[in-house]
Amino acid sequence: MRVVIAEDSVLLREGLTRLLVEAGHEVAAAEGDGEKFLRAVAAHVPDAVVVDVRMPPTFTDEGLRAALLVRDRWPDVGVLVLSQWVEERYATELISGRPHGVGYLLKDRVADVSEFLDALDRVATGGSALDPEVVAQLLARSRHPLGELTPREREVLALMAEGRSNSAIAEALVVGGGAVEKHINNIFTKLGLAPADRDHRRVLAVLRYLGT
Amino acid sequence: MFLVRDLVSPRTWLAMTSHLAGLFLGLAVMVVFITGLSLGFSLLVLALVGLPILGLTLRVADWFARAERARLRLMLGMPIPAWPAGIRAGYRWGVVPRWRTLGERATWGEIGYGLLRCPFSAVAATVSVSAWAAGLVMLTLPLYNSDLPSGGASFGQMVFRGTPTMAASAVIGLIVLLAAPQLTRGLAAADAALARWLLGPRRDLAARVAELEISRERVVDAAEAERRRIERDLHDGAQQRLVALAMELGRAKARFADDLDAAKDLVDQAHAQAKEALTELRNLVRGVHPPVLTERGLDAALSGLAALCPVPVEVHVDVPVRPKSSVEAVAYFVVAEALTNVAKHSRASHAKVVVEGHGYPGTLTVMISDDGIGGADGHGPGLSGLADRVSGVDGRLSVESPAGGPTIIAAELPCG
Repeated sequence: MRVVIAEDSVLLREGLTRLLVEAGHEVAAAEGDGEKFLRAVAAHVPDAVVVDVRMPPTFTDEGLRAALLVRDRWPDVGVLVLSQWVEERYATELISGRPHGVGYLLKDRVADVSEFLDALDRVATGGSALDPEVVAQLLARSRHPLGELTPREREVLALMAEGRSNSAIAEALVVGGGAVEKHINNIFTKLGLAPADRDHRRVLAVLRYLGT
Repeated sequence: MFLVRDLVSPRTWLAMTSHLAGLFLGLAVMVVFITGLSLGFSLLVLALVGLPILGLTLRVADWFARAERARLRLMLGMPIPAWPAGIRAGYRWGVVPRWRTLGERATWGEIGYGLLRCPFSAVAATVSVSAWAAGLVMLTLPLYNSDLPSGGASFGQMVFRGTPTMAASAVIGLIVLLAAPQLTRGLAAADAALARWLLGPRRDLAARVAELEISRERVVDAAEAERRRIERDLHDGAQQRLVALAMELGRAKARFADDLDAAKDLVDQAHAQAKEALTELRNLVRGVHPPVLTERGLDAALSGLAALCPVPVEVHVDVPVRPKSSVEAVAYFVVAEALTNVAKHSRASHAKVVVEGHGYPGTLTVMISDDGIGGADGHGPGLSGLADRVSGVDGRLSVESPAGGPTIIAAELPCG
């Protein structure tokens, strides 16, 4: 997969590049600010981009705005946003325009190399990846009652909102695929969500339920 | 044409209403005060009877003063500055004056105000109403003068009639009428001045409060800016390093199975990262509040700063008694910021820090000089933030930095 990176810290930019190259990906460009990054995306049209939220010159949400631009202009490019801290509001902004092919993770997650690469894969192939902390914030401020769900069903719901597939959920919870499917059907029934077969539509349904 | 507009402006008529309201309110309050005071003082011989009456009168005076503040603010739009919280002794159980209250200027100011309210409003209301009436009468006199019983308006033996007299009357009437709103409002302003004099806090106190309000605001702003700086430092420094470190370790973990040498290299790098993160955290903590300052005082803490500065720094500290920790901290940050500037901008080859304490209570003077190129901007973010901090402890900061140098930054910090 071809990737373009936007990260202003030299240390992390090089680290990320090496990490991706070691995993067999091609890093087409690694830039330190939003403008250069957008030019690189236009030049290379990669499979996915990895973007840091805070970048020069304003050091506020430059990166996020660049990511939103990429999301709108190049629908086929997967957008994975990394941030030093995660805010449910940023995630909602990112997801609301296009619920597939986007991800929003805490920067620390790159330490778990395989999970990070997994999330990037999902985003590049049109899935989604949401940080567990974002999901926790969404669950915490959900306007809808989740009281009817069993604790296990809540766990499954959280993993689903992160963008995991059934098999990934089964693996994370150390249960069989059939059990996960049963839980998911129960969740959909209890929350009144129409079941869907594609991953991202499922996430969208969950997020819509939690967020609005 | 504000003169004409003022004839019907709400402010004018609120002022007029205020005069009339003040007249009746003042009358009632004057009766209460005079009764209360004379009864209270004359029965003071029978202390048990006189004291409660006096106390209650003072309490009523306080309530009335509050009501008057509200009235002047609402009707005249002229707020009377309040006494700063905690200055006045106040009342026990909400009604009984404390002993200290009896000696307060404010208490007797309230009584005086209550007694003056009625006469003042009486004059103000009479003058205002008369001005309006006289203006209207004289302006309209030509219309009905000839129909008056004596063939014209009379003043003693004089009878006004004839066109020139009538024209003059109309003109004077117009002038008086146009002046009436100004007069009404002017009296309202005088009213407010009276209230400010008797009900407001002492002038020097008010000025001090205003000054403190400004310096408190500056301190709050400075603290906020400081927190943002710390957040930035943490974000750009230690946090990035720790993420990088975690990433290296993650990569190393993935390598252990197949490529042991590469994994070892990665662990080495991670080790270096960890050490650098520690250094950065240590420096950051020193910038927030150096532990050595709390434990060993200015002398020790300033040597640390001097050692960190790339320009050679000579430090003289002569502080026989340790000042308050807040003053010490401000002195430390004055030196820290000044030395940072020396290192960054001055191109100096030598700098000098002199700190002297002059008795207690007294002042702590901090002076930093260098032989650099000068041109430091006292209004730039660094130095103005420093000035804010210094003003937070009632101190003064001066920056002398002519182009071509030398630069001298001095702070005087009171340590009472």
